[in-house]
Amino acid sequence: MKNDFVVLGSLRNQLATILTGGAALLAILLFFVVRGYATQIAQEGQDNILSASVSSILDAAVLRDGVVELDFPYASLSMLSTSADDRIFYAIYEDGNLLSGYDGLETGLGASGNARMFVSAQYDNATVRVATASRTLIGADRSRQVTVSVAQTQDALAETLNRISRNVAGFGLGFFALATALAFWGTSTTIGQLSRLTTSVTRRGPQDLSPFLKPVPTEMVPLVRSLNTLMARLDQSLKQSEDFIAEAAHRVRTPLATVRSYAEATFQRVQNQENRDALRSMMRAIDESSRAAGQLLDHAMVTFRAGNLEREDVDLDGLLRDLVQRMTPVADMRDVALYLDSNAPAILQGDPVLLQNAFRNLIDNALKYAPAETSIMIHVQTTPRIRVDVSDQGRGFLLHEIDKLAGRFVRGGDTEGHIGSGLGLTIAQDVVNAHDGIMTLSNRQEGGACVSLQF
Amino acid sequence: MRFIAILIVSLFPLLGHAQDWEDQQVFGASNAPQSLRILSSTDTSFFKPVIESFIAQRPDVSVEYLVTSTADLDDRFRLAPDEFDVVISSAMDLQIKLTNDGFAQRLDDLTHPDWAQWRNSLFAFTTEPAAIVIRTAAFDGIGIPTTRQELIEALRGNAEVFDGKIGTYDVRQSGVGYLFATQDARASETYWRLMEVIGSLNVRLYCCSGAMIDDLAEGRILVAYNVLGSYALARTDTHDALTVILPSDFPTTMMRSALVSQSASDPVLAEAFLRHLIRLQSQGSGTDFPLPTLEAYQDASGRPSINLEPALMTYLDHLKRQVFINAWESAVIQNR
Repeated sequence: MKNDFVVLGSLRNQLATILTGGAALLAILLFFVVRGYATQIAQEGQDNILSASVSSILDAAVLRDGVVELDFPYASLSMLSTSADDRIFYAIYEDGNLLSGYDGLETGLGASGNARMFVSAQYDNATVRVATASRTLIGADRSRQVTVSVAQTQDALAETLNRISRNVAGFGLGFFALATALAFWGTSTTIGQLSRLTTSVTRRGPQDLSPFLKPVPTEMVPLVRSLNTLMARLDQSLKQSEDFIAEAAHRVRTPLATVRSYAEATFQRVQNQENRDALRSMMRAIDESSRAAGQLLDHAMVTFRAGNLEREDVDLDGLLRDLVQRMTPVADMRDVALYLDSNAPAILQGDPVLLQNAFRNLIDNALKYAPAETSIMIHVQTTPRIRVDVSDQGRGFLLHEIDKLAGRFVRGGDTEGHIGSGLGLTIAQDVVNAHDGIMTLSNRQEGGACVSLQF
Repeated sequence: MRFIAILIVSLFPLLGHAQDWEDQQVFGASNAPQSLRILSSTDTSFFKPVIESFIAQRPDVSVEYLVTSTADLDDRFRLAPDEFDVVISSAMDLQIKLTNDGFAQRLDDLTHPDWAQWRNSLFAFTTEPAAIVIRTAAFDGIGIPTTRQELIEALRGNAEVFDGKIGTYDVRQSGVGYLFATQDARASETYWRLMEVIGSLNVRLYCCSGAMIDDLAEGRILVAYNVLGSYALARTDTHDALTVILPSDFPTTMMRSALVSQSASDPVLAEAFLRHLIRLQSQGSGTDFPLPTLEAYQDASGRPSINLEPALMTYLDHLKRQVFINAWESAVIQNR
């Protein structure tokens, strides 16, 4: 189906994009925040151990006979053993001069006067974390500043962080997957409300202009309210125009009847052949107008009653019998025989007035087009469903226009010379539709048109 | 001190250039296209089968095997790390420090127990106890001591027999001797009491286990403390005369370890040799691997008493070493 309006984007896609994009962003944020936090904690852990090691070495420093002795415990270094076998470097300074250990270890001390310092540095082609602290030893002659730095590579730290990163990445992915699933669920639930409204609009019959009464979410209240208002206005204007047509037809019919009776009276009196012909044409035109007005009234009535269908048990057999009886004089005038083939009651839930109207129009049509000395057959069938066929022995329908004939004011291409408004089949069609039936137009094999109403 | 100087001179006879090494041997064809230089503290006799089985697989390789004491080995290697491909030493602390200082090459995907390797660079391949080796005959009537405490009592009670007849490592010269001493001192105060006793009995100091066992075999000394038990057990000629005691109070077991020099001239070949060595170890002791395996002497915890960890560097600290040597000297050298 081609849309005659511009489609720009999709609510579902927009919602899904925003939600999944947001989830992805959150997952990435989560990853970096947790990883950053883990890095901080892991670094603090390493710093604490390094600091303990530095303290244990510093504590062992003693001044003996003016010489710094440092018999630090085994634990000072053994506490630094890691699963990744990290390398260890240390340096002990006395007043800034290297006393023992590794030369060139960056201490970071001196840059600030902190008692305890942690810096990350490069040593021997490896990234190390260096902890430094110092202590003053008071001697007899002078005091000495002993500074100890302990450094450790970060292999175990990196291993831990990689493990944490992997886990957090896993969590992030899980979170993302869950959020995405939730997003899709939420989106389809939301869009589902719209789809349901759309479906209920689509499913409505062409005549149904009643307001929507099903519960809708708050956000859709304005839309449904506007729709209902629009429908109410449409319904009103439709009713107004139907009323107008009915009123107009009614107003026209009465004067027409008067004009016809005058014309007929005049026709009886006038002897001049020319005048008689003119009056005959005039009466014919008046008949046509009168019939059209009548059908317009019928149509307006059908439309109104079909919109508010009141169902009751109708016996089609009785109804048609009555109708045939009433129309037989007209048929006789045209030398056409009317036959009703029905032998059992056919009970239908419906509006008898409408049904009678529909059948009258069909029989009327058949009478119009049936040649003299032929018969019109009305066949009623009750099983499996109720079906009424009205068939004549005339020319039949033109096949190429058979689908359009039920339209308003559509007349067949071969109806010149017949009085008609093009509303007969429309009325029948509307009535059948109001009763949830279908009308089928066809040509019989043996000749003649057949209109089937199936309920 | 003069005594030590005499000892060293007597142990290293003047042999031209060879005086630089305790031993120096070349295995394989002299015109082999590839050559491997192994710097080791292990006596050649223990490594000969290992090298020969390696050459059997790689006929294109010649191996030069250089032996020196653990401390000297460390000095030489630090001075010229590019001259040697593989370094083998029993001084775990020095080996750890070499590795920590970045002298060793990382060899990944080499399957080895975690406790017997460090940084995938240093690989231990034996477990060897420090033993007390005695001349059995000297302890007739005294009773063979099983602990350090019993040894102390035996020596004290028979000072006239053992005076000048006790040998141990000179911890100032020997890396492995220093390692044993420091680990003993860590383990128990008994060590210092023992040192004071043997110090008072004019202990002889040695650079190497081999020399100590030689003197034991020839009867110049009657007791050797902290000798590599594997060396003593390997001497078949002295089986009857000597008894190897693994003290039951606390064992001191070290691991001999090997590393590939970071600046090895042929790293691939060096790695191949190390893999060969590790493979022989995992196959167990035998003619190809005359040394004790990693599983040979393990304590209740299933590990040698000395862990392969960077804490071993503690006693290598210049200041700490000074403190320890001072204490040791005052106990052992006394007023000499």
